[in-house]
Amino acid sequence: MPALASLAATVCALVLAPLLFGIVNRTKAFVAGRRGPPLLQLYWDLAKYLRRGAVYGETTSWLFRLGPVIGLATAAAAITVTPFGGIGAPASFTGDLIVLAGLLALGRFATVLAALDTGSSFEGMGASREMHFAALAEPALLLALATLAHATDFVSLTSIYRAIDAAAWTGALPTFALTAMTLVVLLLVENTRIPVDDPTTHLELTMIHEVMVLDHSGPDLGYIHYAAALKLWIIGSLLVGLLVPVRSGDVWLDLAAMLAGMVGLALAIGMVESAMARYRLMHVPQFIVGAATLSAVAFIIRLV
Amino acid sequence: MFALTDIIQAVGLLSCFALLATSRIGACIRWLSFQGILFGLVPLIVHHDGLSIREIALASGNVALKGVIFPWLLLRLRARADYNREVQPFVSFIMSILFGTLALALSVWLTMQMKPALKDAPFVMLDSSIFLIFVGLFLIVSRRNALMQVIGYLVLENGIFVFGVITVVGTPLLVELGVLLDAFVGVFVMGIAIYHINREFGSIDVDRLTVLKG
Repeated sequence: MPALASLAATVCALVLAPLLFGIVNRTKAFVAGRRGPPLLQLYWDLAKYLRRGAVYGETTSWLFRLGPVIGLATAAAAITVTPFGGIGAPASFTGDLIVLAGLLALGRFATVLAALDTGSSFEGMGASREMHFAALAEPALLLALATLAHATDFVSLTSIYRAIDAAAWTGALPTFALTAMTLVVLLLVENTRIPVDDPTTHLELTMIHEVMVLDHSGPDLGYIHYAAALKLWIIGSLLVGLLVPVRSGDVWLDLAAMLAGMVGLALAIGMVESAMARYRLMHVPQFIVGAATLSAVAFIIRLV
Repeated sequence: MFALTDIIQAVGLLSCFALLATSRIGACIRWLSFQGILFGLVPLIVHHDGLSIREIALASGNVALKGVIFPWLLLRLRARADYNREVQPFVSFIMSILFGTLALALSVWLTMQMKPALKDAPFVMLDSSIFLIFVGLFLIVSRRNALMQVIGYLVLENGIFVFGVITVVGTPLLVELGVLLDAFVGVFVMGIAIYHINREFGSIDVDRLTVLKG
């Protein structure tokens, strides 16, 4: 039964991940008084990209073609070690939290290499910004996961998230609350949402992630969009798994609670994007370092 | 249920980090007021032997002074000296936050060292009190705006107050109220000094005071 549930959770992740963007965009449109794109827009976009052919610049090499493939492969591999709340991940072993961080980093590295490979100065600028913020966000992610590991005395993501129930929350409220705040910031940073980056902007000077993928087309662009959706799902399920401590023993009830939590998360992201403006680029590092500090504080106060 | 002291401690630590990372004086003063109220309530919680008139007097005196009167005085001063409303750090905000993390680790280590020496004290917020003292001192030396130095002094005073409440059981009420009076007079004198500095130099940038050297 648990094996079946974790399979179901993985299928949900692979199928429903693009829906999150639909919900976010629909929420933003609703708040702005518009009707907005259909919920399934990203699915239609993906289908369209996959039917088209790709165009490659003359200056690009095999690195440029490899980037989207590795990005999608690492995101899919990361899904297999990410637990969905109390439902275990298909693959779980000691230290898989470091593998998760490593896979996300590898995917980002491939995207950055592909962006640099085009030789375009705008893409180089986006790559530089991406690495600058990633260098700050990765320690924050590792610190947050380390804090959860320390608070629950487990070193595998599946065991950690299985141990986070209502009783654990009452026992260590400040630790979990601070770690959740870090994960909220990481969710916005890693998925290039407002207030860090604006996914809808069309001005190269202000973009981070979008500028890196300007030269990709066809199936490659589809892979990139799908990998981005999977990444939102991964970090989202880390956050929702912490915030929705439903560990009832009935795996299907847990699954339903987590799915409801993910929809709530997408609505919350939409509300944040409607209510906030982007930070100036200068202020983003401070925002990320502050988030890492929250985790560090949570870790240190556990030591006393 | 939740340990109330844990929550107060975590929120108090966050208020310190907010003071380290905030660039506007007005926001800093509001955080200071919040922190004063939060730590002013500590005497009501840490000692479990029932509430006496002494604890209530101490807590209400603290909340009134540090939560309301000092912030009000500082806001008035800020309105008078509206030359610059930024805190103008010598040390960047990111570095300040990193210093805060280091200081927190150091204070936790110090707390562990002190544990054997203070057997009778209720051991809940000793690390945050030492951390408050570190942050107060750091704010005093690392900010250029004279108002921030008063704020640093008050954070320091918060730390000393919490340290006293936790470790020294049974200080006479008169002594504690005397300490509060000292803080009051201190802030009053600093306020007057800032007012005069502002009138003389047209700014409250403490760097300008170097021209006073003979």
